[in-house]
Amino acid sequence: MGRPQMAWLQRDPAWAARMKAAEQDEGVGWSTLVGLADADLDLLQTERLDRLLRRRFPEPPEGLATRPVRLALLGSSTTTHLQPGIRTGALRRGLFVTTFEPDYGQFQQELLDPASALHRFRPDVVLFAFDARHLAGGLDAAAGEAEAEAALEAALARLAGLWRLARERLGAAVVQQTGLPVLAPLLGSNEHALPGSALALLTRLNDGMRRAAAAEGVALLAVDTQAARDGIGAWHDPVLWHRGKQEISPAAAPLYGDLLARLLAALQGRSAKCLVLDLDNTLWGGVIGDDGVEGIALGQGSALGEAFVAFQDYARSLARRGVILAVCSKNDEANARAPFERHPEMRLALSDIASFVANWNDKPANIRAIAQELNIGLDSLVFVDDNPFERALVRRELPMVAVPELPDEPALYADCVAAAGYFEAIAVTAEDRARGAQYQANRERAALAGAATDLESYLRSLEMRLLWRRFDRIGLARIVQLINKTNQFNLTTRRYDEAEVVRVMEDPRAFGLQLRLLDRFGDNGIIAIVIGRLAEDGDLVIDTWLMSCRVLGRQVEEATLDLVAAEARRLGAARLVGEYRPTERNAMVAGHYEKLGFTPIAVDPGGAARYALDLAAIAPRTSCMTIAEG
Amino acid sequence: MTETEILAELTDVLREAFGDDALTVTPETTAKDVPGWDSIRMVSILIAVEDRFGIKTRSREIDRLRSVGDFVALIRAKQEAA
Repeated sequence: MGRPQMAWLQRDPAWAARMKAAEQDEGVGWSTLVGLADADLDLLQTERLDRLLRRRFPEPPEGLATRPVRLALLGSSTTTHLQPGIRTGALRRGLFVTTFEPDYGQFQQELLDPASALHRFRPDVVLFAFDARHLAGGLDAAAGEAEAEAALEAALARLAGLWRLARERLGAAVVQQTGLPVLAPLLGSNEHALPGSALALLTRLNDGMRRAAAAEGVALLAVDTQAARDGIGAWHDPVLWHRGKQEISPAAAPLYGDLLARLLAALQGRSAKCLVLDLDNTLWGGVIGDDGVEGIALGQGSALGEAFVAFQDYARSLARRGVILAVCSKNDEANARAPFERHPEMRLALSDIASFVANWNDKPANIRAIAQELNIGLDSLVFVDDNPFERALVRRELPMVAVPELPDEPALYADCVAAAGYFEAIAVTAEDRARGAQYQANRERAALAGAATDLESYLRSLEMRLLWRRFDRIGLARIVQLINKTNQFNLTTRRYDEAEVVRVMEDPRAFGLQLRLLDRFGDNGIIAIVIGRLAEDGDLVIDTWLMSCRVLGRQVEEATLDLVAAEARRLGAARLVGEYRPTERNAMVAGHYEKLGFTPIAVDPGGAARYALDLAAIAPRTSCMTIAEG
Repeated sequence: MTETEILAELTDVLREAFGDDALTVTPETTAKDVPGWDSIRMVSILIAVEDRFGIKTRSREIDRLRSVGDFVALIRAKQEAA
């Protein structure tokens, strides 16, 4: 049986190399170790990172933003194998944990004896981790209801007594692990009908624990519900139980540690507070700027549309329980707001969004602005975006922001965000429920902090390759589709059918370029189209220039200009003439030619503008990508 | 996989388990030859091996192992049976 996955965390192929570099660096820093923990680690990787952590930091590092935690692990069976996962899960959240385990089976004596090693350890948090047999054993299968009821009451009273001892004698917060349902059923689906069933007793005990824990202010570590999601076989291996009394399989130890670390963070008030949402292909299917309110996939009974509705429902429910929502989208603001204002299937309303940022700045800068506007720390933000480029950029520039590895399938978005446990809370206050209302007025956006992110080196790290080809039959369908669908990054919005595109291919005084962009995340496909034609006066007029917004901010425009210039030279032109024809949707490229160094030469009454650039004025430049024909 | 390939892959797992990139083992190596190879470490190794080779081992098969060579043979037999 495979280990339970932590799918929201990255799987970094370079992890082993990074780990090795850290092991060889005597002065390796805390933040490097936190970065290494931020990955979907298996058991051996977890143990390896934990060895380095303990060697490098036998004591908590100076100046930590979090309070170090002294955790006593009081179990009824083997728990030693859980410690590396606990320390590593805590490290993932920037927490330093020192663990303590009393001698095997000695926890009750240690709790009572003020001179014991447990008392000397002075724990901040006590975790009671009891196996199913310890919790529910000792009942005869033939026992009647009264006997079972007495066993249940006695077990709950024993737990309440332990909780009180830990709180009163040790002054520690208490975490109680629920019983893992590893016992074999005797009846089956109707197990509850057999009072003497140990499994039935365990189920009742877990219910009773939930009621009592809420009343006593004890935090539960619900391994039973987690195992119900992952499958009990992922959490428990009967062979290992018999081999070394490990009830929780070591394969599940990394996830177990993460679950516990969430509680430790929540006890310090360090759970995330704000969910920052991308829009296109995150809250709805498609690109609002190109597809329009009528064209996006949202609801309407299609599986894709319904999946986005479900994710919006989840976000809305989080908001109802006190999580702040924000929007961070690369879009014109009016386009970004349109579905919120006009789409009948939107579950989220503008009033649910505490901070709404839609512009063409890079996302790290916008996320900083959101944190500033809401006056919360960057480390309390979770950023959800379907685009791996944006996720990698935010992780790189803002490592303190949590960025889940969103699956390709929108139907899995809610599960992914939920499974990560970013918003773990132990209880819900009236203030939490009111928080949504506090943010109802969407604040005026403060001017964006002039964030200096080193974009250049990031772009280089993407290993981008721009492949260009002249128009050909193979690309024809995609070329026609892009010409007719692209609205935002489209200088002239001229629509051509297949026959017209073929004429460009056959015209010796014209060229058509199709550009494909690849990077280390994969192939972005055909992302830009340019059509140029030599005029009678010797100017090369750029008839069409369009690009997918997905690759904005990656200096594709500059590289494209160089390719256009090369084609113009081939045709014998002396200068380039570009044209901008404004539409309702292409305001984002109004300054396109001026940004590239063109000079305005004419504006007609309809607002169309023409720009010129001497070919001789284009200096060779270095590019962040390799450019090749192919 | 051949026994040589399995031994190379198993060596990788052991290096990771013991945090020692220089660790080398031969078919004759036993747990006693490797400092820290106790029953608890063996469980981690088994879990990694099952994950890496896509197999599931049984208690009595593990109890019979006497050397790295036995381990390689077991992995190979499991893979062929799968």
